[in-house]
Amino acid sequence: MSILVDDDTRVVVQGITGGEGSFHTEQMMEYGTNVVAGAVPGKGGQEVQGVPVYDTVNEAVEEEDADASVIFVPPAFAGDAIFEALDTDLDLAVAITEGVPTQDMSKVYKRLSETDTRLLGPNCPGIITPGEAKLGILPGNIFESGNVGLVSRSGTLTYQVVDSLTQRGIGQTTAIGIGGDPIIGTDFIDALSLFEDDPDTDAVVMCGEIGGEDEEEAAAFIAENMDTPVAGFIAGRTAPPGKRMGHAGAIVSGSGTGTAESKINALNDAGVPVGDTPEEVADNIEDFL
Amino acid sequence: MRLHEYQAKEVFSDAGIPTPDSALAESVEEVVEAAEDIGYPVAVKAQVHVGGRGKAGGIKLAEDRDEAEEAAEDILGMDLKGYTVEQVLVEGAVDFVNELYVGVTMDRGEGKPVAMVSTKGGVDIEAVAEETPDAIAREHIDPAFGMHPYQARKAVFDAGVDKDIAMDVAGVLTTLYDLWSDKDANDAEINPLMVTSDDEVIAADAVLNIDDDALFRHPDLAEMEEDSYEDDLERKAGEYGFDYVRLDGNVGIIGNGAGLVMTTLDLVDYYGGEPANFLDIGGGAKAERVTNALDMVFSDENVDSVVFNIFGGITRGDEVAKGINEALESLDEIPKPVVVRLAGTNAEEGMDILNTDLVQVEATLEDAVQRAVENAEEEQ
Repeated sequence: MSILVDDDTRVVVQGITGGEGSFHTEQMMEYGTNVVAGAVPGKGGQEVQGVPVYDTVNEAVEEEDADASVIFVPPAFAGDAIFEALDTDLDLAVAITEGVPTQDMSKVYKRLSETDTRLLGPNCPGIITPGEAKLGILPGNIFESGNVGLVSRSGTLTYQVVDSLTQRGIGQTTAIGIGGDPIIGTDFIDALSLFEDDPDTDAVVMCGEIGGEDEEEAAAFIAENMDTPVAGFIAGRTAPPGKRMGHAGAIVSGSGTGTAESKINALNDAGVPVGDTPEEVADNIEDFL
Repeated sequence: MRLHEYQAKEVFSDAGIPTPDSALAESVEEVVEAAEDIGYPVAVKAQVHVGGRGKAGGIKLAEDRDEAEEAAEDILGMDLKGYTVEQVLVEGAVDFVNELYVGVTMDRGEGKPVAMVSTKGGVDIEAVAEETPDAIAREHIDPAFGMHPYQARKAVFDAGVDKDIAMDVAGVLTTLYDLWSDKDANDAEINPLMVTSDDEVIAADAVLNIDDDALFRHPDLAEMEEDSYEDDLERKAGEYGFDYVRLDGNVGIIGNGAGLVMTTLDLVDYYGGEPANFLDIGGGAKAERVTNALDMVFSDENVDSVVFNIFGGITRGDEVAKGINEALESLDEIPKPVVVRLAGTNAEEGMDILNTDLVQVEATLEDAVQRAVENAEEEQ
């Protein structure tokens, strides 16, 4: 079982004719994802990896019955591409693009509240239900089907932790990258509540990082609403205050909130063990199962 | 991208926010000339990207020509928190009766802009926010509609601004929001907004930070970007286009993806070493980028050992291996030991082509970090 995507998910790839769009469409299809269409303005009528391309997302949805979109559109046009996805009432839109202007995302975020579509990202690696479907850029071969859910703000950190789990024979229901930007569609609490409601997810890994207060809020949610055990990891313990560490969100203000320490304390207080290393996270998950 | 005060004031003034008469100067002569033109008293203000300039001696008042000369001599060339002052703004001093704060920023938790007003201006507003949060009135703005005039008035009245000037302050706030939105700013602030005895308001300072990701829409602002790197290494990183932060340790760290690089730093610390830097080569890096990354880290004289940690997703292990080979094969001697850990997309292909005569290879993150920490200890 899984959340959000499975082998029935019918995917349209926005930006399928670009370098990344084309390469990862091939990778997704090799993994078994049901990619049914591409959407690129002006490129309608072409084929990429044997998939028909349409000029608009709306056309792709009407002709091919797509219900999810993956967005590989350059930053300058990504905000518009997400609006287009939201306008077609897709169940899920996954924005991989890094570097989307924050004010564009603020407008997207507002529009999102008026639709039933779920947005992942931007600046995220996507989502995978091992053995069924992946929407995004995650390396499929490190995942294994199983009973642990994973939600993370960082792509490569997701891979690292999943690798530790899989090496021990611990498989995953679904892994979700929510993205490292200040304004994102789906946050920890959204993902955690989906895992809580999934009967096949027996434990959840939550990977956070410095900056913002999402992890602290997630900790409060876990304490009040979750029976499924959660193991945590927080990146950025050694980050100096005031410096931006890559992710737009990964900056510590210096005023005490948003630090690794405050996040780890909040999670510990909520009964969530936080590993010092990815291997310790896997140890903690092993203890739960 | 953070604009200098004089640049931000130009933008504010163009938008219709009143600012004092001022001129930019780069020498003592230019300061005096500007001061005579503007008329005394004047403020001489260092134009560097640091907060708390006043407390650090970067802002001085001058009542006459002698004092202007003295202030210029003191401030030009001074070291302000690591930055050398090369430019000062000479500005007519405002005779004020009150100092306010107005600002617009993005509330990331709410995902929407927030406009702020306080009657406690002229001081460290972060401290005010921390100690007396109620002293700042806040109004969230729907980004789809922009700020309605009533919202600006509400914020101003909530803050307790005098009725005599409330409408003018609300006008400044509305203009500030509009320019924040037009210019894709992260923050736009005036602290202090001075109120004169004639009930006029004047922006005595100006802060404008533009979203780097939106600079493509603002070529005029991008042109204003001036070298503000703390050292040659950070400048080099800027030229190569890396996310790079220099730290105090001696273990050089290169990886892909912010979260994984931060984790690698944390593990170096966990295993008793000290990270020399944060360097994210980003997603989908090709060989040349990897070569540049190694060049960066080898250029840091504090580095005694290097660890390369790649977990490929969009980044491909074979491209990374090619870059490592190219960088190391071009050197007569490898200055410091390099440990490589490759996993994920095309990692096996990468391992096949990696020149293992030149690097040490470890299979896991933990082993790679521990080896790099040991290497650093041996080199010292």
